[in-house]
Order: sequence, then C-alpha cells, then structure tokens
Amino acid sequence: MPEASGEFSAPDETGHFGPYGGVFVGETLMRAVTELAAAYDSLRRDERFWQGFDAELASYVGRPSPIYLAERLSDSCQGARIWLKREDLNHTGAHKINNAIGQALLARQMGKTRLIAETGAGQHGVASATVAARLGLECHVYMGAEDVLRQAPNVYRMESLGARVIAVESGSRTLKDAMNEALRDWAANVDDTYYLIGTVAGPHPYPCMVRDFQSVIGREARSQFLERTGGLPDVLVACVGGGSNAIGLFHPFLADREVAMVGVEAAGEGLGTARHAAPLCAGRPGVLHGNRTYLMSDDDGQILDTHSISAGLDYPGVGPEHAWLKDLGRVRYVAASDAETLAAFHQLTRLEGIVPALESSHALAWATRLAADMERGQSILVNLSGRGDKDLETVARLTGAHSASAS
Amino acid sequence: MSRIAQCAARASQERRGLLIPYLVAGDPDFATSLQLMHELVRQGADMLEIGIPFSDPTSDGPVIQRGVERALGAGASLGGTLQLAAHFRASDGQTPLVLMGYLNPIETMGYAQFAEACDLAGVDGVLVVDMPPHEAGDLSGLLGEREIDRIFLVAPTTDSARTAEIIESTSGYLYYASLKGVTGARLEDRESVANDMARLRKLTSLPVVIGFGINDEETAVAMNTLGDGVIIGSALVERIAALPPAGQRQASSISEAASLIGAVRRALDNCESRDSRESRDSGDASRKERDS
Repeated sequence: MPEASGEFSAPDETGHFGPYGGVFVGETLMRAVTELAAAYDSLRRDERFWQGFDAELASYVGRPSPIYLAERLSDSCQGARIWLKREDLNHTGAHKINNAIGQALLARQMGKTRLIAETGAGQHGVASATVAARLGLECHVYMGAEDVLRQAPNVYRMESLGARVIAVESGSRTLKDAMNEALRDWAANVDDTYYLIGTVAGPHPYPCMVRDFQSVIGREARSQFLERTGGLPDVLVACVGGGSNAIGLFHPFLADREVAMVGVEAAGEGLGTARHAAPLCAGRPGVLHGNRTYLMSDDDGQILDTHSISAGLDYPGVGPEHAWLKDLGRVRYVAASDAETLAAFHQLTRLEGIVPALESSHALAWATRLAADMERGQSILVNLSGRGDKDLETVARLTGAHSASAS
Repeated sequence: MSRIAQCAARASQERRGLLIPYLVAGDPDFATSLQLMHELVRQGADMLEIGIPFSDPTSDGPVIQRGVERALGAGASLGGTLQLAAHFRASDGQTPLVLMGYLNPIETMGYAQFAEACDLAGVDGVLVVDMPPHEAGDLSGLLGEREIDRIFLVAPTTDSARTAEIIESTSGYLYYASLKGVTGARLEDRESVANDMARLRKLTSLPVVIGFGINDEETAVAMNTLGDGVIIGSALVERIAALPPAGQRQASSISEAASLIGAVRRALDNCESRDSRESRDSGDASRKERDS
C-alpha cells in the first residue's frame, strides 16, 4: 500500500499539490471524476487490492525488475557509477504496464466494461490493450492521426490485442488531442466506461493514483540498492514527459534528503527554439486536461505544439506533482536535446548491449554528463523506463540522414 | 439589476422564452462575427454567448471545435474576443453578452486584468467551462465586484449536493446541459430533463436555460416548455461554417446564416403551449412557497 512521506504527502483531499493539480473539468465530467476519486480512495485502503496488484505485477509483468550496474558505460564517463532500473524488461517493454494493470483492476472493481485510453507513441495504448485482453474488457484507444501514421507497428499491435484504435483528426493531431477526444468520450459514456490515463496528469485522482501504481519502481529500487550497495544512490535521474516513470522512481525517495533528483525533459531542437517539449524548463503555469501545472502555452494561453524525437515525451503539460516539486526545489528539472538523446541511445546500445527507448535515452544523456562531473565513489540511478525496439526505425532514419548530411 | 437579470425579468413578464445563440468569437473572422452578433439580435436573440477560442476545447463537440480552429486560424484570441465585445457594445447598449470559454487563456491574462477588461468591454456574464465553483479562486469575487454575472453549468449527472453548491455560486442564469457528453450531441429524453427541471425549480429562482443538443425549432420549443429559455450553439456554428468566403458573400448571406435564430424566435413566440404555462405556474408557485 502506498505510504505518505512526511512533508511530501500531497495531494490534499481535493487533489492539490500546493497550487497545482485540482479538478478542472466541465460539469458533464464531474460525476465521473468524483466517482473515480471515491472508488480509488476506498480501494487505496484495501490491503487485498494491493495484494492482487502485487500478484499481477509478479506473475504477469515479471516484477521485480532488476537494477543493473552499467560498468562499461560508467567507465566511459570516468566518474560516478551508473546504475539502471530495468523497467525495459517488463512485459510490453516499459513501465506503462504497472499503471495499466492497477487501473484496469480498479475499473473491473467499479463494474466498468469498457476501457478508453489515449496514446502518443503507442506504449500506453499497447499496455491498455494488453490488460484489456488479460481481463476481458472492451478497449478503445485514441491516437492522434499523425501518430497513427508514425507508429504503424504499435497500431497493428493494439489491434491484434483486440483494441479499436481511433485516429484523432482534431487540433495538432497528436497526444494532447487524443487526450481531448478521450475526455469527450468519457463525458458521453460515463456509465460503462473507464478512462485509463497513461500518465500522472489529468484531474484528481489520476496524478495521485498513477503515482501510487508507478511507485513500485522506486520502492523496489530503494531496497535493491540498499541490498546491493549498503547505501542509497547520490542522484536519481529519469525522463519527464507527463512524468509517470519519474514520479514512480522519485516518490519513495522524497524523504531521503541526501538523494538528489533530476527530471530530464525533451529539449527537442533546443529550448531557445519553438521546437521542444519542456514545460518545466521553459513553460509557465496554466490549466489543461483537468489540472493546473506547467504548460507550453503562448501569451494568449493557447497550448503550443510540441516537438521531441521521442513521441512519448511529446506532450505540452506535465504532472502537477512535478510542478510542485520544482517550485519546492526538491527535484531539479533539466532538458536533453534530440541530438544528445540519440548519442546516448547509441552509447548504451554499444557499451552495454541494452537498447533503450528514446524517452529513457533523455535520462541517459543527462546521467552520463552528470557522471563525468562526479566522484568515482558516487552513484547515479537512472530509470530505464522502456526498451527501444519501437524506436529502431526512427533512429535508423535519423542516423542515416545524419551520416548522409555529415559526409 | 444586471443587464442579464433585467433581460430575464422582462422575458418572464412577457412569458417569452429566452433565446440565447452561441457563436465562437472571430469565426470565421472578426468582422463577420460582429455582423453576425448584430444580425442575431435583429432576428430575435435575447442575449448572446460568445465563445473564447481555445486550442483544446475538451467539452465541445466537432462542430464547435472546427469553429474554434477557424477562429484561431484567423488570428482570434482572448484579447480579440474582448475587443469584439467592446465593438458590439458600442452600438448595442441593451443585449446582454456572456463570454464562455476555458480557463487557461483567462489565467494567462490574469484574473484581475480579465475582470477589468470584461467590465470595460461591457461583458455581462462569464462562464468558464472547465472551472468548477470550488476551483474558482479569486475569479468569482473579482467578477462579482464589477457586477459581472458568474454563470455555471448543471448537468444531468450533477448530484444534489453539487447542484446546491453550483447554485450558490451562480448569478444571472443557470445553464442546464441537457445531455451527457459534449456540445452538439443528442438530447436526453424529455422526461428526464423535465424531472431535472422540477428538481432545479425547487432549489433556485434563477432563470434556467437549456443548452447542448438543441438544433431546430422543434427541439427548441420542446426544451423551452421545460425551462426559461434555450441556448443554440452547434446548429448555428454549423451554418456559420457554411458561409461563403468573404469575397463571394451576398448581402443576404449573414442574415441567412442567422435565420435559424429567427425561425426559433417565431416558434417560441407562437408555441407558448398550455403545458408550458402550467409548468411555469407550478414553478412560480414553488418559488413563492420557498420565498414565503
């Protein structure tokens, strides 16, 4: 069961993390959100629910995922030791499945027969379609029409799992628009439908609930690290799009003051350009998708299009708890560019024989830079949130283009 | 008494249903919006709801989403919406104007600056779709100080505790969204709307207008008999979408697009059914009971 950790035991009863979070939805959605909050609140105290969740994670996902000391990568940095939390080894290839299982169990408990989900790269869509198949639930996945084209293999994978993939043609035709459409579907079908949000965003209780499900990452990592080294890592590093893998790793360490934390956003082509996805580093507070948080928006409050080499980080908002942790100064938020990310992708692949997701490669890019500035006796724990098989085509295309232009 | 309250009192006295069209500010462009607003009033609109364009209108269906995209494509903004209101107000001092939108543009402008700008532009009411009363912060107070009405929505799914909280925070009129889902979807059945109306009548003496899913004279008349008026959004925005491009427009194009409102006006005025008087009388009676 998730434990509160002292001064970081947000959100409050109304779902606020300081000034962030909350419930900013239209009245047509209010009952659905309120019902969900009540259902989760009671389940959260139910020991048997968590036992069932843990059993699924063990037998279906393959948890606990190991921590791994990346020796050759560390040696190449000539500094701190770099450890990886291997979420890439989970069933379906990323941390997304932890949350999908938790919420699908909740949906079943609430008597809902239909799951809806939004997806960008398709990882959360695949995780949702997977648990829907596992539990015999109907599943509809909203995906921006742009992303449907860019991520064809994942579309086929979701459809093979029995899900219906709906291409969203509105707005910028990417992840945020898929989320808009899923919210509309939920408002119209509240009676039988459960909205399975893939990240720590959305109205309360999502940011809190998704964090609780993902915190298994940090709980395992903390005890694994203690067991292996007798101490805690000096720094935790994780990539941040919506921020679910990062909060999952960070949360169980928040009270460990000696552990520094770094969240790495997508700098895309550079924070100085309009082509990035780094609301914490270069955005401003605002309200979108049910919560107040840092957003990429213009002077008129219109949400901006984002860009990242990794579709999973291509989102203009971020979980409200990250916004709060930034303001508190507990977590430092930085950004890695597309180019740095690609280099990190190749570096891990060649030195360790592990192909990281482009999302996770953002964290690796920062960690290797950081390691070089740290002492050999120090350690960094990176959340390797997903595997990169899905990205090979993108990387091949970009690397090919890069070598061609370089020659 | 606010312009909205005066307008509603007059309609109630004349036993006339309130007719409130909705259009997106700047759809398809600023000048056309302004012409449309005046034309809608000429054809019988009692008040106007003006949508503030926002890139992510999660409570709106496809018709209004496309209207918003057209407006943003033509350079619309919250600032532009306030200018549109001010231009309208300069030549129409009577018709109440309500701005309807999402919170992010307002929060980005700043609540105090927004409230002041509304006041200067002659805006009479504000409805922020994704801001429930308990998340309103200073905004309700800042608008209230300037006697700008705070309008909130009640849905078929709103329970009685929330309904009471919403009514407590509302002034001007209560907006009843007569369906589950987004704007432009299909109406709930008449009976459940009637039940909800009866419930609301017991709780408030505010005018209750019904919106979401009203697209022709027939549905307007049916819904008007249950409430104090109707809001017509998607059906009008659809006609605006069909306007010929500015260069190819006839003098009559604007009035044709607005003619739906004229037709509904006539239908509402002609079809004051006995049924409606009865329901309103019983509404009056319950209000009197509560007041006494």
